Amino acid sequence: MLRDITLGQYYPVDSPVHRLDPRTKLFGTMVFIISLFVADSIWGYLAATVALGLVIRLTKVPFSFMVRGLRGILVLLLISVSFNLFLTDGQVLVQLWIFRITWEGLRTAAFMAVRLIYLVLGSTVMTLTTTPNELTDGLEKSLGFLGKVGVPVHEISMMMSIALRFIPILVEETDKIMKAQMARGADFESGNLIQKAKAMVPLLVPLFISAFRRATDLAMAMEARCYRGGSGRTKMKPLRYQSRDRIAYGAELLYLAVMIGLAVVL
Amino acid sequence: MSIKVEHLNHIYGEGTAFSQYALKDVNFTIEDGEFVGLIGHTGSGKSTLIQHLNGLLRASSGAVYYNGENIYADGYDMKKLRSKVGLVFQYPEYQLFEVDVFSDVCFGPRNLGLEKEEVEARAREALSLVGLDESFYAQSPFELSGGQKRRVAIAGVLAMEPEVLILDEPTAGLDPRGRDEILDKISQLHREKGMTIILVSHSMEDMARYAGRLIVMNHGEKVFDDAPKEVFKHYKELEKMGLAAPQITYVVHELREHGAEIADDLTTVAEARDAILAALRKG
Repeated sequence: MLRDITLGQYYPVDSPVHRLDPRTKLFGTMVFIISLFVADSIWGYLAATVALGLVIRLTKVPFSFMVRGLRGILVLLLISVSFNLFLTDGQVLVQLWIFRITWEGLRTAAFMAVRLIYLVLGSTVMTLTTTPNELTDGLEKSLGFLGKVGVPVHEISMMMSIALRFIPILVEETDKIMKAQMARGADFESGNLIQKAKAMVPLLVPLFISAFRRATDLAMAMEARCYRGGSGRTKMKPLRYQSRDRIAYGAELLYLAVMIGLAVVL
Repeated sequence: MSIKVEHLNHIYGEGTAFSQYALKDVNFTIEDGEFVGLIGHTGSGKSTLIQHLNGLLRASSGAVYYNGENIYADGYDMKKLRSKVGLVFQYPEYQLFEVDVFSDVCFGPRNLGLEKEEVEARAREALSLVGLDESFYAQSPFELSGGQKRRVAIAGVLAMEPEVLILDEPTAGLDPRGRDEILDKISQLHREKGMTIILVSHSMEDMARYAGRLIVMNHGEKVFDDAPKEVFKHYKELEKMGLAAPQITYVVHELREHGAEIADDLTTVAEARDAILAALRKG
């Protein structure tokens, strides 16, 4: 049942990409996204394909797992492709009743589709190889400069990691309460919308009560350990760049240079 | 009225990188009116097992028969099964949600589609079975003590008038008095109503005192299935599984090693006392 849901979708294997510093991966993802918008020729996209394919190979994550993220954008993809395909003016290729496909339309639609798919794949590589906690750590460190202008970076990232940490716990709790109410004859599946909404009450009330209880307990436990926000706080596992991160940064910058070069030259 | 489990297997996360055996080829039959204790270390598969008995979890393979009918057969009425096989989860007080005690207990029978009078009659009956009188009816369930909350939650299951009552560690987190109250009520239901009871517990003393039969689970497999006296003779194997025999069993075995002439299957303090006194008088 609910137990089968994977959140944060981290895929636990050991690979060179998994071992990289989260900041390196954040930067790499950003570079990849920028490069997709820089590219405007077939050569640019080819270079992006090679780079993405190489990184995916390095992650050791099965490709089927990678593609799973694409299902979410299928509708968006179809809409944007058909808009570009049918509504672009230019040299007419096929004309069917009021539908007209132009050479330019075909070109933009194809580029658009590839761009969208690569955007999702690129960020999926990041989330599949980085635990949610590493991700928040990386974001906290990378966005640390915002703290100078009064943004509570540490607090926000602490809230993010607590929220992430509690998702599986609350999912489990939901599962448990659902089963307990089903053992008392509750029915969560059948009925119309109003009946279904009503059936959620025996699930949501205990869930909220337990969430509040857990929140108070956690706040108490943090205070008991003298937690008082981010100032002067050190980390058990501070982020430190290794030589592989330097290599990765080099590769990322080289890739960006190639992509810009291709866009300028061609 | 029997529950029969045949070659039951359950695998969590089947077909993924995280797949894990929770139950491995479990077989047993529980007859009407039995008081069965179910023990096992954390993660031994007890909780998974009991959720199969009322159809909350579906086995990866194998079958469960209730009164001879396969519960996985097409068109089997799961809702009816759940009313016949009442399951009280661990910390059942976390499932309370209504504004007052009485309506919370009414939730189960109301889901069965009964008339209002019948629902209320059952709720009254169930609350009196767990020893809560009318002064509690209008109270909010969230303002009661831990033991009282738990009794309300158990009443919520009893109000469905199950033939089999399964309880997953009903005494966890209660003080000794709350514990005894709950266990006495359960044993009373067994004696007076003839209800079949399956009790999951970590307390070997409770098992020795109440259960007529003990099923021991380890790593998803059934290891022992016998009278408590017989099972506790294997106390060394039990220890290897992270379990133990009742403390008095250790005293008895220690005494025997020092030459006392007493039986080796004593599991309650009262039995041991009588046997030791008898042995002393003889010697």
